[in-house]
Amino acid sequence: MRFDLPNGSSVQALKDVSLDLKAGELLSVLGPSGCGKTTLLNIVAGFLAPTEGQIILNGHQVTGPAAERGMVFQQGALFEWMSVRENVGFGPSMKGMPKAEKAGIVDHLLDIVGLQDFKDKAVYELSGGMQQRVALARCLANEPDVILMDEPLGALDALTREKMQGLVLKLWKETGKTIILITHSVEEALLLGERLIVMAPRPGRIHTEYRLPFAEMGVGQDLREVKKHPKFGEVREEILGMIWDMEEEIMGRTEDA
Amino acid sequence: MELLGNLWGELWAVLTTLFAAAPYIIGYVLLILLMMVIWSGVKRLLTPKHDYSSLKTVTFGDESAVTSNTVASVVSIVLIFVLWGAFTGSKLLPGFMHAPGPFSGEGAFEYTITTPDGQTDNATVSVIVHPTGEEVDAPEVDPGEGIAKNDATAIAVYRSELLRVDRNDEMGRDEETFITAIDGQAIAPGGSVDVAFGRVAMSDKGTLNIIPATGVQMEPIWLPSPEAVWSRLGEIATVGYRNSTLAEHLGYSLFRVIVGFLLGALVGIPLGYAMGLSNWFRGWFDPIVEFMRPVPPLALIPLVIIWAGIGEVGKIILLFLAALWIMAIAARSGVSGVRISKVHAAYSLGASKWQIMRHVIIPNSLPEIFTGARVAMGVCWGTVVAAELVAAEKGAGMMIMVASKFQSTDIVLMGIILIGIIGFSIDMLMRQAEKWLVPWKGKG
Repeated sequence: MRFDLPNGSSVQALKDVSLDLKAGELLSVLGPSGCGKTTLLNIVAGFLAPTEGQIILNGHQVTGPAAERGMVFQQGALFEWMSVRENVGFGPSMKGMPKAEKAGIVDHLLDIVGLQDFKDKAVYELSGGMQQRVALARCLANEPDVILMDEPLGALDALTREKMQGLVLKLWKETGKTIILITHSVEEALLLGERLIVMAPRPGRIHTEYRLPFAEMGVGQDLREVKKHPKFGEVREEILGMIWDMEEEIMGRTEDA
Repeated sequence: MELLGNLWGELWAVLTTLFAAAPYIIGYVLLILLMMVIWSGVKRLLTPKHDYSSLKTVTFGDESAVTSNTVASVVSIVLIFVLWGAFTGSKLLPGFMHAPGPFSGEGAFEYTITTPDGQTDNATVSVIVHPTGEEVDAPEVDPGEGIAKNDATAIAVYRSELLRVDRNDEMGRDEETFITAIDGQAIAPGGSVDVAFGRVAMSDKGTLNIIPATGVQMEPIWLPSPEAVWSRLGEIATVGYRNSTLAEHLGYSLFRVIVGFLLGALVGIPLGYAMGLSNWFRGWFDPIVEFMRPVPPLALIPLVIIWAGIGEVGKIILLFLAALWIMAIAARSGVSGVRISKVHAAYSLGASKWQIMRHVIIPNSLPEIFTGARVAMGVCWGTVVAAELVAAEKGAGMMIMVASKFQSTDIVLMGIILIGIIGFSIDMLMRQAEKWLVPWKGKG
C-alpha cells in the first residue's frame, strides 16, 4: 500500500502484510500510532483499494464495501436521526426484510446487548457505552461473516470499557463470528485477541504474532481474574517493551531529521 | 484629499450628535442600574430559590449562569411604552407621568410702545392656545384707552403667530412708534422676551412673533401617541389604506416571501446537494455561488425592476435570488458535513448509493438546511419590505413608504411594528419547526 503525497513523494503505509484468518477467529491488531492499523482495516473493509496484493473472502476478491464485512467504529457512526431500534434494524431494512422478521432480530439483539429498556429512545439520549452496544447490535443484525472493529471501545471510560470487553467476548463466543479488532490498549488486545499481531511502523508491517489463551479463559469468567494470570503480565510487559522501543525509534528518527 | 476633508466633516457631525445624546444615554443606563438595585432589594424579600443555578457561587464569567432575567425584560418593554406615552401625552398614562406638554389655554402679555416724542403707552394682548384641529376664534377684547389698543389672537398648539399688534394702535410703525418692552422687559428687533405662556420674539422689522411654549413632548407628526397608532391600526384593518386593507398589504408581502423562499429552496437545495456530491458540479457552481452570495439582494432591486418591472414577478425573482444562494450553501455544507464513518457504516451494512442518499445524507443535512432556511426567511422578509419601499402597489413596505410621503407617522410606526412582529413570528415558527422536525440537531 503506497500513497502519493501532494509534494510528489510517497509514503509506504503498509508493506508485505499477509494474513490468513480462519472462520471464527478473533484477531487483535496492536501497534504504535502511524503503523498502518487503520489503513489495513480500511483495505479489508473495502474503503481503500490496495496498490498491491489482494483481499480474498469466501473465495472472491474484495473490491469495495459489502454487507459481508460489518464495521464497528470508535464513535459517531450511529444515525442520530433514527431511534435505537431503527439503527439496529438498518441493515435488514436495506435488504428489504419483512417487518416482522426484522423486529424479531432487532428485539433479540437488543436483549443480548442489554438495551431492552432503551429500544425506542433516540441514540443521542444514550451514554457512550450504550451507544457502542447499539453499534455492536447494528453490526450483528446484518449477519456479516467478518466483523471489523476500529478501536470500538477507545472513547469509553475505563470502567465501561472493561464491561464492554466482556460483552465483546461473549458475543464472539455466542455468534462464532470472525472478528478483527484494532486497538491501542495492550490489555484489551491481550484479553480479546485469540490471535494478536503487533505491527511496526515505516513501512507498516507485521512485527510479531502471538496465539493467546486469554480470550478463551475470559469467556464466562471475570476478566479481572484473567489479568491476574502470571502469563498475562509477562506477555503484556514483553509487548509494552516492544512498542516502547518502536516509539523511541520513531522519536529518535524525527529528532535526527 | 478633498474627500478626506469632507468625510472628516461628516464624522464630526455624527460625533457631535452622539455627544449631544450622551447625557440621555447615560441617564438611561443609570435608570437600568437603579431598577436592578430595586429588583435585587425586592428579591431579598421574596423566599429564596434553591435550585442548582441559584446555589452557584461563581456566576461572573460562568456563561451558563447568565440567563435572561424575565423581570428585566418586562420592565424594559413597559418602560419603552411609558416613555413613548409620557412624551406624546398619551391618555393611557395618568397626567402626572406626562412630560411637560405644550401650553394650552389662555394667556396674555403686555406690550409698551414709545412714540417719537418719548410718550409711552401699554396694551394687553390676549392669547388663546387651542388644540390642533379645533376652530377657535380670537376673543373679543375691549380696545381700551390710550394710543396702544388691546389685541387678541388664537393659536393652535405647537404653532406660533406673527401679529402686527400696532395695526389697531393710533400710532404704529409708520409713525415711527415702536414696541420697546414686553411685560416691562425691554425688547429690540431680533430679540425675545419670556412671558408666562411661552416666548414673544420680535422680527427685524418690529413685528411680534408669539410663540407659546411647546414643552418637551413630541408633536404627533414626529411621534404619535400609542393610542393614536392603535386606533389607526383598527382603521386600516377595516377601512384600508390606498385601496387595500391591512390584511391585503401584509398578505401580499407574506405571499411574496413564501413563494420566493419556496422557489429558492426548491432550486437551491438540489443545487447544494449536487455541489456537495460531485466535484464537477462543485467546480461549476462554486464561482457563481461564491460571487453571488456577498451581493446583497437589495443591490439587485434596480436590475430586477428593469428586467421584470415592479409587479409580482419581479418581487418573486428578487426573493428567489435572495433565498437561492443561502439555501444552496446550507445544503452543500449539510452534505459535506456528514461524517465519513456514517457513510462507511451504511456501506458496510449493505446500503446502496441511493439508500445512503435517502437514509444517511439527506437526514444528516436537514439541520444545516433548517438553519439556512431560518436565515433565508429573515433575509427574504427584509428584502421584500425594502423592495416594496422602492416600488409596489400593495405591501407592508409600500404602505409605510406612501404614509411617510403624506407624513402619516402613525401609519409608518404601525407598519414598522407589524413588520417587526411578523419577522419575529417567522423566526419563532422556524425554530419551533426545527425542534419538531430535526430534534437530533447538534446531537451527532
